[in-house]
Amino acid sequence: MSEEVSVSYDDVVALMKTYAAAIAENKQSLTELDSAIGDADHGINMDRGFQAVIGKIDTVTSGDIGALFKTVGMTLVSTVGGAGGPLYGTLFLQLGVATAGKDRITAEDWSAALTAAVSGVQARGKAESGDKTMVDALIPARDAFAAALTDGADLPAALRRSADAAEAGMTATIPLVARKGRASYLGERSAGHQDPGATSSALLLRTVADAWAGDASTTTEEAHDG
Amino acid sequence: MKKLINDPADVVREELQGIEAAHPDLVKVAYDPFYIARADAPVKGKVALVSGGGSGHEPMHGGFVGMGMLDAACPGEVFTSPTPDQMEAATKAVDGGSGVVHIVKNYTGDVMNFEMAAELCRAEGAEVESVVVDDDVAVQDSLYTAGRRGVGATVLMEKIAGAAAEQKRPLKEVADICRDVNSNARSMGMALTSCTVPAAGSPTFELGDDEIEMGVGIHGEPGRDRMKMKTASEIVDMMATAIVDDAPFSNGDQVLAFVNGMGGTPLIELYVVYNELNKFLAGRGITIARNLIGSYITSLEMAGCSITLLKMNDDFTRLWDAPVKTAGLRWGV
Repeated sequence: MSEEVSVSYDDVVALMKTYAAAIAENKQSLTELDSAIGDADHGINMDRGFQAVIGKIDTVTSGDIGALFKTVGMTLVSTVGGAGGPLYGTLFLQLGVATAGKDRITAEDWSAALTAAVSGVQARGKAESGDKTMVDALIPARDAFAAALTDGADLPAALRRSADAAEAGMTATIPLVARKGRASYLGERSAGHQDPGATSSALLLRTVADAWAGDASTTTEEAHDG
Repeated sequence: MKKLINDPADVVREELQGIEAAHPDLVKVAYDPFYIARADAPVKGKVALVSGGGSGHEPMHGGFVGMGMLDAACPGEVFTSPTPDQMEAATKAVDGGSGVVHIVKNYTGDVMNFEMAAELCRAEGAEVESVVVDDDVAVQDSLYTAGRRGVGATVLMEKIAGAAAEQKRPLKEVADICRDVNSNARSMGMALTSCTVPAAGSPTFELGDDEIEMGVGIHGEPGRDRMKMKTASEIVDMMATAIVDDAPFSNGDQVLAFVNGMGGTPLIELYVVYNELNKFLAGRGITIARNLIGSYITSLEMAGCSITLLKMNDDFTRLWDAPVKTAGLRWGV
């Protein structure tokens, strides 16, 4: 009999609220990053979307984590606009598809969900690694999480490594020349600036780690594995 | 920031309320979600044209809703793409049973949101053709970018395809006319000043008092070069050369010349630009068969202009001359 750490429905609700607060707090800085290489609206749009999420989230009471993520995704699609709406909307919709019907998610569930979410974002935005987009934070986060599990790390440790990798990926966008989105119009002039989408994505992974890797919020259950 | 607004958060809604109050004979306005539709929509048996994009480019697109042009327009927040639920609602509201064309300017957000909307509409049985406008020659290397931006050709496309739809031409033909307009049109813009998004409160980019941004996009995206101020003649020469050299224009062609104000440039300067353009094209053996001069696709209060040339054919000319009755363009009625 082994102990398995997993995340409850309430942990996911708490995560969404914490991330919404983090976006509100970083609204200005995200918009400033976007102002340098985009159209100066990323923080404003994300904040509008996640405030709408906060308004919706308590109306979902199914206890189904998948349904919760889907509600978040649909709300973002209809309120964020710009490129962020379809991209973050797709990210959460795919997290929802991957966790449909679950009232708790394990490390393996989160790994599968991250994989689905990153694939969804790539299918929608057609971005590859190194294009200077949110994908540059998401792919390392997905891979680091999976690698940590392979190494035998538990959920909290894997979440921290995932967040660290996302932040490293975010920082690594600074010297890149953008090949997608409005920043690509700048050509060489886009180098030297951190990508705002990678920044909000790294912030998401860090918020996940802080919310679910702390002893207080994540609950430990005995797994009945025979 | 000095603007004639009440609260940055209310600008789009209050603009829509103003449009609804001013033009009840032309349009009806929906607020949940936002879209502007022709007053008589859906027009039975007519292909419907739906466009949309961020606000701040007025009169495009809402000002082009009406007889002979768009059936519906979806306004996003300022310089932010509208969302799929708006496009889906607008498409359903104006679908007269002959299909719907989505006219999409080539920006990452617009393309993805319209793509999601078209998927939703088709899943419910609507016939939707999407066309993408990408006429901005300032974006040079499309292979390594999001591709050329949709700018001035959008206005011409909405007018010409709108007239074709009014003649009850079928969906495929109306969509093909859109694609033909796009492939025969090229544009280039320039900015004398920046602009301020109300929700941001400070200028989108910084431009010195003696500097211009050549090749600017309609959201203040950077262009090809930042340079010292020049004469109208020198500026038009640079813009028109970039356009004409990009093809499809050659000696003996007839074109529609569209000199567009970016929002903060007076008509007197646009006519100075037109005069320079007329001389430039005469020198290249290109005849201006039709023209459009004024501020039709703007970037808030940005000063500057764009030039669009469309290579004309007989069908385009007849469709351009056909009656149109919208808040932004009106003739023949």
